[in-house]
Amino acid sequence: MDITLHVDGEPRSLSVDTRTTVLDALRERLGVTAPKKGCDHGQCGSCTCLVDGRRVTTCLILAVQYDGAQITTAAGLGTESELHAMQQAFVDHDGFQCGYCTPGQICSAVGMLDEARNGAPSHVTADLTAPVALDAEEIRERMSGNLCRCGAYVNIVAAIGELAP
Amino acid sequence: MRPFEYERAVDAAGAVAALAGRPNAAYLAGGTNLVDHMKLGIANPELLVDVGHALDVRIDALTDGGLRIGAGVRNADLAADMRVRERYPALARALLSGASGQLRNLATTGGNLLQRTRCPYFQDATTPCNKREPGSGCSALDGYTRHHAILGASEQCVATHPSDMAVALLVFDAVVQVVGPNGPRRIAIADLHRLPGDAPERDTTLEHGELITHVALPNLPIAARSTYRKVRDRASYAFALVSTAAAVELAGDGTIADVRIAFGGLAHKPWRATLAEDELRGRPPTEDAVRAAALAELRAAEPLRDNAFKIPMASGALVATLRELTAGA
Repeated sequence: MDITLHVDGEPRSLSVDTRTTVLDALRERLGVTAPKKGCDHGQCGSCTCLVDGRRVTTCLILAVQYDGAQITTAAGLGTESELHAMQQAFVDHDGFQCGYCTPGQICSAVGMLDEARNGAPSHVTADLTAPVALDAEEIRERMSGNLCRCGAYVNIVAAIGELAP
Repeated sequence: MRPFEYERAVDAAGAVAALAGRPNAAYLAGGTNLVDHMKLGIANPELLVDVGHALDVRIDALTDGGLRIGAGVRNADLAADMRVRERYPALARALLSGASGQLRNLATTGGNLLQRTRCPYFQDATTPCNKREPGSGCSALDGYTRHHAILGASEQCVATHPSDMAVALLVFDAVVQVVGPNGPRRIAIADLHRLPGDAPERDTTLEHGELITHVALPNLPIAARSTYRKVRDRASYAFALVSTAAAVELAGDGTIADVRIAFGGLAHKPWRATLAEDELRGRPPTEDAVRAAALAELRAAEPLRDNAFKIPMASGALVATLRELTAGA
């Protein structure tokens, strides 16, 4: 099927087998390798991108479902000379070791902060109707869909905390 | 993954028509469960009818004061809706305790109800499983059963239902609205999921081709004092070993005027604890009374090799839940 994905601001048209996930379309067909394939079952979060503005696991969504969608990968958040504030925070706090989970962590963190700014509560929010304040416990809960096998969590939480409302 | 055709439906009627007469076709919404199952080779539809653009994504106020939730409403959006947070907090809590932020942004209300068991044998295409392949046997019966059912199971299947959301909907007596080849119908949430019996391949009472369009929450004052407690092997992003949703209304003298209780993680369907509810009405919510009520409900439990702990865990969860709901009252 012929589809168009708007990847990091650029329209990219391609023909895909119906079985192709958004992740595979990005990596294998379009050469966009910022999102990583970890578990390929929606459990590790390394493929996380912002799709139409929301963080999702791109390994579990079919490209044909998302014809016309706006997809932002970690590579599209900033440029090498002008990093996105979240990218800079990860650098400043040494929020990674091997770096494989990092693009997913960063996209997830950006999407998570938007959710918090919109007032979305989490599992650990004591008062469901109060304004959201992100402490370390809240950040850890909201980022539980992103695994880091190096265990860089302490610095990841610190990096995100720098930008948290 | 086996090859399949893909069709995008523009409305519910079109989706139903596209599936009609296609026994090996399936609806696709968020895809978080179905696409995974297709990768694992345990679901092999020949046609996917994408209802992502066909389902209602609104949460509407009903004239009776209840809410009507479109089946396409994402789990994240339902949990964040202020009316749900204020008036049906157990539902918001249940949703927020499930999956991860990324998955809650994809998963829909209808799909959440229709997600399938996380029994590891069901998800492993190389092992016998009566739910996946009727008549092939149950690998769990002699296997690792920490996560399996203690109530209402059969010799065919001991799987549990994985949804948190459905447990909360059950205490609120939600109504599931569907359309199908024979028109629309409404199903009480208590009648949607079924016990395995001798047909464990059927999780629900839906017929092939029926599509969930909405879930209606009744106007229910007791729901404002409700919550959901989930006990699991990790603090986040894990399925329940045991969970409980409860709502309570106290009388002026501090006794329980009305109470609603459901358990997750114990059975092939969310389990409404009517025996425990009956025990507790008219009594003060003391720890002893709540524990005794839970154990009355669990008297019929038949634990497997690895899950007898679920009996004290479920009663403990209910004690903690009602303590929280009645504290300071």
